[in-house]
Amino acid sequence: MLQKVKEQVDGALVHAIREDVWERIRTMDAGQNEYGFDPFGFEPEFLKYVAPPAIWLYRNYFRVETFGMEHIPDSGPVLLVANHTGQIPLDGMMIATAGLIDRSPPRMVRSMVERWVPSIPFISRIFARAGQVVGTRENARILLRRGGCILVFPEGQRGINKTYDRAYQLQEFGLGFMRLALATGTPIVPVSVVGAEEQMPALYDVKSLAKVLGMPAFPITPTWPLLGPLGALPLPVKYRIYFGEPMRFEGDPDEEDRVVGGHVERVREVIAQMIDRGLQERRGVFF
Amino acid sequence: MSKRTRRARKERVLVTGIGGNLGRAVARRLHRRYEVVGIDRRAVRHMPKDVDVEQVDIRRRRVEDVFRRQRLDAVVHLNIMHDPRSRQDEHHQFNIVGTQKVFELCAEHRVPKVVVLSSADVYGPDPRNDQFLKEDAALMGGQKFEAIRDLIALDMFCNTFFWRHPEIETVILRPVHIVGRVNNAPSRYLRLERPPTILGFDPMVQLIHVEDVVSAIEKALTPGIRGVFNLAGPSPVPLSLILGRLGRSPRPMPEPMLKWMLSTAWSLKLSDWPVPELDHIKYICMVDDSLARKQLGFAHEHGLESILRELGQGVRR
Repeated sequence: MLQKVKEQVDGALVHAIREDVWERIRTMDAGQNEYGFDPFGFEPEFLKYVAPPAIWLYRNYFRVETFGMEHIPDSGPVLLVANHTGQIPLDGMMIATAGLIDRSPPRMVRSMVERWVPSIPFISRIFARAGQVVGTRENARILLRRGGCILVFPEGQRGINKTYDRAYQLQEFGLGFMRLALATGTPIVPVSVVGAEEQMPALYDVKSLAKVLGMPAFPITPTWPLLGPLGALPLPVKYRIYFGEPMRFEGDPDEEDRVVGGHVERVREVIAQMIDRGLQERRGVFF
Repeated sequence: MSKRTRRARKERVLVTGIGGNLGRAVARRLHRRYEVVGIDRRAVRHMPKDVDVEQVDIRRRRVEDVFRRQRLDAVVHLNIMHDPRSRQDEHHQFNIVGTQKVFELCAEHRVPKVVVLSSADVYGPDPRNDQFLKEDAALMGGQKFEAIRDLIALDMFCNTFFWRHPEIETVILRPVHIVGRVNNAPSRYLRLERPPTILGFDPMVQLIHVEDVVSAIEKALTPGIRGVFNLAGPSPVPLSLILGRLGRSPRPMPEPMLKWMLSTAWSLKLSDWPVPELDHIKYICMVDDSLARKQLGFAHEHGLESILRELGQGVRR
């Protein structure tokens, strides 16, 4: 009985995905074994649960526009480096959806998530099945060696949790991604997301409460926590995602921070420029 | 005796803890190629006829006689207790002091090779783990789980020994969850008709068949091999897939509830599952075994299908 219901739901979900997209997902080669799982727990089949809502958000809610998707190479290892904004990490989801449905051939974008993510019930399971990987250096290295497309947010929590008065100001970048790119000779594609900053403009971050609750931040937005759970929904802003030309760096990955920081600065500048371009090109927050 | 005189003398291997399921499997495999002698403090049954077994506690003086009498070419040290129910001090005494004794005797009697069976549990399941832990990863298994601390201490002791006695080839094997004809925690868990799982968690799991562990031990006896090796079997799969294929009906429970139930059952002596072991069905603890495959020439023979078939039979019996 339950099995039948599940089959029907699965069928309906698959139906909700456009046929060509589902075909792409189903025939994806992610290095999975005969049971359909790659060593990180990614199951392409599982995307039928995640893709429909993601595609709906992408097309109808955030009405995402992408620019420069052709800069992502068709195959081979690549690092996408993006700015991180908007209190909840929907920017990563939108970049990944773009790679899956707005690009041909599609690329499975796998983002590196925080190390505490596997300790959250359900999220741990869903993230792993949908191809998200805990952001350790070794994990990234394995994925790149397998020719993967990895998304990193070098700002980390500093970027996503900032309050609205610092909107679109890039926070300090970590150096790890550059060392990784140097060690593996991977090209870097800079990515700028414009629009996500307004989805949940935080007026204030109650740090003490966040600490008590064990959360990375406790933002106060115009609607949260005033409207309760409803206030935790992001606003229907318009997303614009810019992909820059691939950048290649050469050098010793174990170089001093000063030298590696110089390379990182160049990536950061490109991202900042693309953000400025996006802010100029858009007519309004919701259009 | 006739055999021994007819041919050139076979190499002689001492297996400690030969009475266990693993010890028996090792003895059965090795006795054709090697002359196997064994010690165990338990009474030993179902042993091949040409295997000499002495019932002696590893910490007793009589073990020395075994070393003195037999010119040993190798020692396979399996005599490591994993019983969570036994007293902590006894557990510790037996594992650490026993191992120390064996190693001292090996050094004294110039045994050229020692193989120790540690476990991938020494790394410990943790959300921050790399997906595949290499041999040089930190041994964090004891962070939350005290009973594993002497296993870590033992593993580290073997490591130091390996540096202090370069003339002895020391091999430390760290296999993932061993299943098959053994009676350890992972096998018992997978044989449960309705195994509890933690709601919202489904970690990737690596299993290895006991016979593959035996093959690795056999390979480790090859002269020239030394070092620490992770061992894993077929490619990892989610726990739910294993339980599904076995036809089990898992009982997913919220973690606090499961913890409470388990700790109550533990204190009432209704269960043998220590609470911290729950982390194994919550977080990953997977190893990269490429070193063993490259240097030991290790290759697993039992795929997931055959492992599951055997585990499935375990219930009906």
